[in-house]
Amino acid sequence: MNRVVRIHDTIDDSDGVASPELDTVHGPILYLEDVTVSFDGFRALNLLSLYIDDGELRCIIGPNGAGKTTMMDVITGKTRPDQGTVFFGQTIDLLQLDEPAIAQAGIGRKFQKPSVFEQLNVFENLELAMHTDKRVWPTLFARLQPAQRESIAEVLETVGLTAQRRDRAGSLSHGQKQWLEIGMLLMQKPKLLLVDEPVAGMTHQETERTAELLLSLAGKHSVVVVEHDMEFVRSIARKVTVLHEGSVLTEGTMDEVQNHPRVIEVYLGA
Amino acid sequence: MDLANLVAQDRAGKVFLTVLTIAAVSISSLNLLVPESSALHLSTFTVTVAGKYLSYALLALAVDLVWGYCGILSLGHGAFFALGGYAMGMHMMRQIGERGVYGNALLPDFMVFLNWKELPWYWLGFDHFCFALLMVVLVPGALACLFGWLAFRSRVTGVYLSIITQALTYALMLAFFRNEMGFGGNNGLTDFKDILGCNLQKDGTRVAIFLLTALSLGVGYVASRFVVASKMGRVVTAIRDAESRTRFIGYQVEHFKLWIFVFSAVMAGIAGALYVPQVGIINPSEFSPLNSLELVIWVAVGGRGTLYGAVLGAVLVNYAKTVFTGVLPEVWLFALGGLFVSVTLFMPDGLVGLAQKWFRVWGLNLKQRSNA
Repeated sequence: MNRVVRIHDTIDDSDGVASPELDTVHGPILYLEDVTVSFDGFRALNLLSLYIDDGELRCIIGPNGAGKTTMMDVITGKTRPDQGTVFFGQTIDLLQLDEPAIAQAGIGRKFQKPSVFEQLNVFENLELAMHTDKRVWPTLFARLQPAQRESIAEVLETVGLTAQRRDRAGSLSHGQKQWLEIGMLLMQKPKLLLVDEPVAGMTHQETERTAELLLSLAGKHSVVVVEHDMEFVRSIARKVTVLHEGSVLTEGTMDEVQNHPRVIEVYLGA
Repeated sequence: MDLANLVAQDRAGKVFLTVLTIAAVSISSLNLLVPESSALHLSTFTVTVAGKYLSYALLALAVDLVWGYCGILSLGHGAFFALGGYAMGMHMMRQIGERGVYGNALLPDFMVFLNWKELPWYWLGFDHFCFALLMVVLVPGALACLFGWLAFRSRVTGVYLSIITQALTYALMLAFFRNEMGFGGNNGLTDFKDILGCNLQKDGTRVAIFLLTALSLGVGYVASRFVVASKMGRVVTAIRDAESRTRFIGYQVEHFKLWIFVFSAVMAGIAGALYVPQVGIINPSEFSPLNSLELVIWVAVGGRGTLYGAVLGAVLVNYAKTVFTGVLPEVWLFALGGLFVSVTLFMPDGLVGLAQKWFRVWGLNLKQRSNA
């Protein structure tokens, strides 16, 4: 509990990114070590170890049931692992925090199914996601500062929804909702973005724009993308991790991975 | 300045506050200023009934906040109302003094009847009006805080939460029925004589309490509007529509739910405290689960998530109840049930939603005509 409060109290927007106490001097921003999750005896994650470097864009692929979504759930606090450690930077133990605290610490998540607040308009959706003090009383008396208004306008521009800013989010098309959700992610100014199937159901052009956006984010943010669309993965990936039955099968460039005999076996079911 | 801005932006709210002011002023002057012989004279009884409706309206406002905006369907809000009512009733009970049937200056009648020798500790302090007022706010607030903390922390939602709120009010009803509890058991608290030295039977006192109720409703409305128009209002709406998503963008959902639940419970308690001096009695049947269900129906009929819809629903349904129970008492519960079913099926947004739809169609027609 103390930790939660501390993170709220020390919000520092100077570098435009949340999580002031994040310590990444040793390179990795996210450490998963020997993480195991089982549901009724089924091991969704099996001694999974994974490291994401600061500023990296990492793609994670794997057949259905490989544990990709469960891994995201563990990182964001939705699921508690049976064993293992999960650290954000050197010092923040994610297993000690709940979902809102993890979000405020600087980990943003985009869900597989577009999930925006349908009854609120586009602008309000972004306003709620905005990185700021999210405790009860400050929220009750919050007023939008000109700088905050500007940053919302900027994100509206980035995701191409400026014209729809007053529209109810529920009335947007599927692709627009996906973009709004990416916009909400940007408003949170996370240090690490977890993106679950960002291009599912998108048209070809939308997919291309999403690839561009994700590429432009890497560097300042670390991005982890879970995706089925191999074409898309090839277009953005520098490093690919293949998950299979809850642990890492192999890691490397797209070409290395695609020619790996075990990967071919797993994907073709041979 | 902020509040003025708030009211200025809320067109329906301006209409509501104007209507409320006109109604309050005209009802009280028709009673006090018009001579009894005149046909225009309003009886004190009517004023009191109107005051009762307004205290119900404040209660409906409280339910709309948690249900309409935050999606917490509380079927136990009657409990907070009754607790506020009991706190006020206890004060008025102490004001009776030695004018009771047994003429005991130290103990209320029902305690003398039970052969109690001294006042239980939890009655201490209720001699003072300010202490009673504090309890009107604190007791429902503390109960809501404890109950809400336990329920929301364990992430109890939806129908399960509704059922345990219902259980809460039922348990309180059973407890207050017991004579040993020291709240008058079955009969509750009644036979009040005066409040702050003013005779409760006098027209002036009655009208004053009525006006105070109208004022509280107005203040309650503005306060609720402030909450729902703030960023918190949007967070709470977000929680209603996608709770876990709200959590993942960094809001402690439980804290927000708890805050709005406690705020609403306090409002319900104040409504109860205004209700009791007007009806002159508070007994355990106020805790009955049926009461809590009824007030959800008021909000549904008026239209939830609008605030003024809740007020409208409370006044209309209670007026219907007064008329019905006078003419055909045995039919009332069937009528109420039928009303709820038909509102759910045919007017999911209540009367306010229906009116908005009509206005839209009407506005469209006008536009087309002007185009032609």
